[in-house]
Amino acid sequence: MGWFFEPGLFSSGPVHTAAVIGAIVAAVSAVVGIFTVLRAQSFAGHSLADVATAGGSGALLLGLSPLTGFLGGGVLGALAMDLIGVQRVRGRDLATGIVLGVATGLSALFLYLDTTTHAITGATQQILFGSIFTVDPSTVPVVAVCASLTLAVVAFIYRPLLLSSVSTETAAARGVPVRLVGSLFIVTLAVAVGLSALAIGAILSTALLIGPAASALPLTRRVGPAVAVAVVLGVGTTWLGIAVSYDSYYWTSSHKALPVSFCIVAIVVVVYLASRLVAAMRR
Amino acid sequence: MFSGFMINAWVAGTMVAVVAGAVGFFVVLRGSAFAAHAIPNGAFAGAAAAYWLGANELVGLGICAGLAALGIGSLGQRNRRDVATALALVMLLALGSLFLSLSGGYAPEVYALLFGEILGVSTTELLPVGVVGLACILAVVVAYRPLMLSTLVPDVAEAKGLRSRPTEMGFLLVVAAATTVTLPVVGALLIFSLMIGPPAAARSVTLRPALAIVLSVALAVLTAWAAIASSYQTNWPVGFFVGAYAALCYAGGRIWAAVSQRVRRAHSVVIAVAG
Repeated sequence: MGWFFEPGLFSSGPVHTAAVIGAIVAAVSAVVGIFTVLRAQSFAGHSLADVATAGGSGALLLGLSPLTGFLGGGVLGALAMDLIGVQRVRGRDLATGIVLGVATGLSALFLYLDTTTHAITGATQQILFGSIFTVDPSTVPVVAVCASLTLAVVAFIYRPLLLSSVSTETAAARGVPVRLVGSLFIVTLAVAVGLSALAIGAILSTALLIGPAASALPLTRRVGPAVAVAVVLGVGTTWLGIAVSYDSYYWTSSHKALPVSFCIVAIVVVVYLASRLVAAMRR
Repeated sequence: MFSGFMINAWVAGTMVAVVAGAVGFFVVLRGSAFAAHAIPNGAFAGAAAAYWLGANELVGLGICAGLAALGIGSLGQRNRRDVATALALVMLLALGSLFLSLSGGYAPEVYALLFGEILGVSTTELLPVGVVGLACILAVVVAYRPLMLSTLVPDVAEAKGLRSRPTEMGFLLVVAAATTVTLPVVGALLIFSLMIGPPAAARSVTLRPALAIVLSVALAVLTAWAAIASSYQTNWPVGFFVGAYAALCYAGGRIWAAVSQRVRRAHSVVIAVAG
């Protein structure tokens, strides 16, 4: 195995933090992602990352902690989408799009103000792309607590959520409060996405939310096992991506490492395509 | 506000708004908002690659916007395009970050693509915007009937021999073309907001498609003008104002629809009582 794991992979501090936070975020994203894919709310999931980003850049401006900004922005965005009409399948795209437009506009403004008045350079780069290697170890406990709370909420509403995701009519007929469950889910989604956008950047958060879940669902017909497969795929691809990115530093003589976000996303997409292929061949 | 260097901004803003208003009507009608968001953002990778290779930015944008459209169109399953769209988007954005890091990590020109630099449009940039913009509008006009048919009654369209997948692909390619030329001028942000807000507002005001397209173009142009003027006055990024005004348009449309519905209901009650 020594040929694959370059020296220092297991002893490096940033890699250690990245592996821990990456695993937490990937696991939560995979669980929430299964429902996001089932409910066809990928657009909302992706938009909430951008909305959380707007909150993060606003928090930078006000001197609040980024975590407050990411979570606050995400939850506000989720409530706005819910209010405009993300619940109905028709017009759901629009509600998401309008909120996304406002949020990206706000982040343009906040980033402009951040860079002009506060001289915070590199804010754009950091917030958009992020890097799992630059995570501050002190954020790990906070992320872990928020992640456990998210998982607890999903576990609590698991059955009604599943039923209303698969068939709204059946759920409503059985007395499930579909509307309430939907609202609760989108707030949960906002928290999960906000956490991962903070930890690993907005792009990667969408990849880990949708990729593992969309890869797991065609492989198994039952949702329980799909959740387990998605978690394993999510954590596995994240760790593999971290290792590849770390290794790539040694591949060329110029010692230019591949960005870690790129490595993880590329593996996520390859896994998704492979899963589609397997599902197609089985049929 | 109307001095020499601003003229180009007004002209470019108007052209972009007309294209966005017309193409956006079908984006809203077909529920392709996610694709309309993913294609411009994905095209960003092309610009980053062109910057790295020292190639023409427009070529890079065009190739990546086209790739995004083809990827979304071919991977998407019937009625379930959102997963394919999300993954195509993140893949292209990740490639963009790779090219950025290869070319030294920071390129202000590339970030300008995301947020737009309408106040720095040069005269040579106007011609391609005009030509491709016109081509997009022509495409929408020529394909108006089949597009409407496949959007509103897909089953009838299939029965008439109009296959849904090529139609979808063709439509996404028009969105990609519109994106490619407008992106360097106004940024990914602005084009998306213009494609969603005004058309959605127009749709809640009138149900007649032709009228809705005209209204949508008019609202988009107004939004763009108001945003350029506000940006000039405050020095704040134009993308912020476009996002805010587009949302105001939408809110206005929703309020209009709610009020007119109430008025209609009140009328029918009056008629029923009188009758």
